[in-house]
Amino acid sequence: MEALSIEGTAKTPSVKFDGHEGVIEIKGRSIPENSIEFYKPLVEWLEEYSSTPMDLTQVNVQLEYFNTSSSKCILDVFKKLEAIHKGKSEVIINWYYEEDDEDMLEAGEDYESIIRVPFKMIEIVE
Amino acid sequence: MSFDINEYYSRLNGGDVLMAFKGSITSELISNVLEVVESRLDEYDESSKIRKKVYNVLVESLQNLYHHIEVLPDVMQKEYDEKFGILVVCRLDDRYRISTGNFITQDKVDVLRKKIDKINTMSREELKDMYKFILNHQRLSEKGGGGLGLVDIARKTGNQLEYTFERYDDIYYFFNLDVYINLAK
Repeated sequence: MEALSIEGTAKTPSVKFDGHEGVIEIKGRSIPENSIEFYKPLVEWLEEYSSTPMDLTQVNVQLEYFNTSSSKCILDVFKKLEAIHKGKSEVIINWYYEEDDEDMLEAGEDYESIIRVPFKMIEIVE
Repeated sequence: MSFDINEYYSRLNGGDVLMAFKGSITSELISNVLEVVESRLDEYDESSKIRKKVYNVLVESLQNLYHHIEVLPDVMQKEYDEKFGILVVCRLDDRYRISTGNFITQDKVDVLRKKIDKINTMSREELKDMYKFILNHQRLSEKGGGGLGLVDIARKTGNQLEYTFERYDDIYYFFNLDVYINLAK
């Protein structure tokens, strides 16, 4: 299936979903006033991907900022990944946070406690 | 006499002001404010932890305004912009203060007051649980608001949300919210 690639802006993250490599990346800032519109194609892409996923899907989430409107949409993305993980293939979510950014680490832990997919918390040391 | 917004606005403009605005709260305005405040935060040589907290809380405060603002009736638009709101970000000796103000109709005052009072009694752990519950169970509104903003602000700042409701006329109250971010933590 075709890869999904979106350039980042001041309020939305860059997105690279590669179905052949099984690598999914969301990076940057996610602070739009209305996040539903932005995340819709991501959720739809995952819906299609879930019919023929790779044996291992690596998910890299590296957000500098995200707002509460995005937090629900990110949960929707993770729920799609949870459904894939429940099947025969494996999913790992790598949650990146900058050194000392306890709020971002905690946000990752919130998701980890809701979503039944293994999370790896990765501190970015500058 | 009804509440004097200009007097209140100038009272907020004490200390080291990074940004002060009154007028229509639009998506473009939010982008501009964020850009200006971000570069002003760099000037203060704050730790990245503080910078991020201020920025995060500012995003939520502005978007709370954006999602909940009342479109004012014509008669009030002579004096105020259609989606009138106030924002003042300032740095005090030991903390940042983000103040927002907006009109709300009288029927919404009690619900909002109860919500904030409840948040203010909650421990860190309780706020975390409440956040996760809303995140997992409540759907986004059409406009994209999720009912998480105030909980998130309380959680990230660790401080009480200070507020007042000032009577403006028979229909409107002016809601002022002061959010504090401590410098040393």
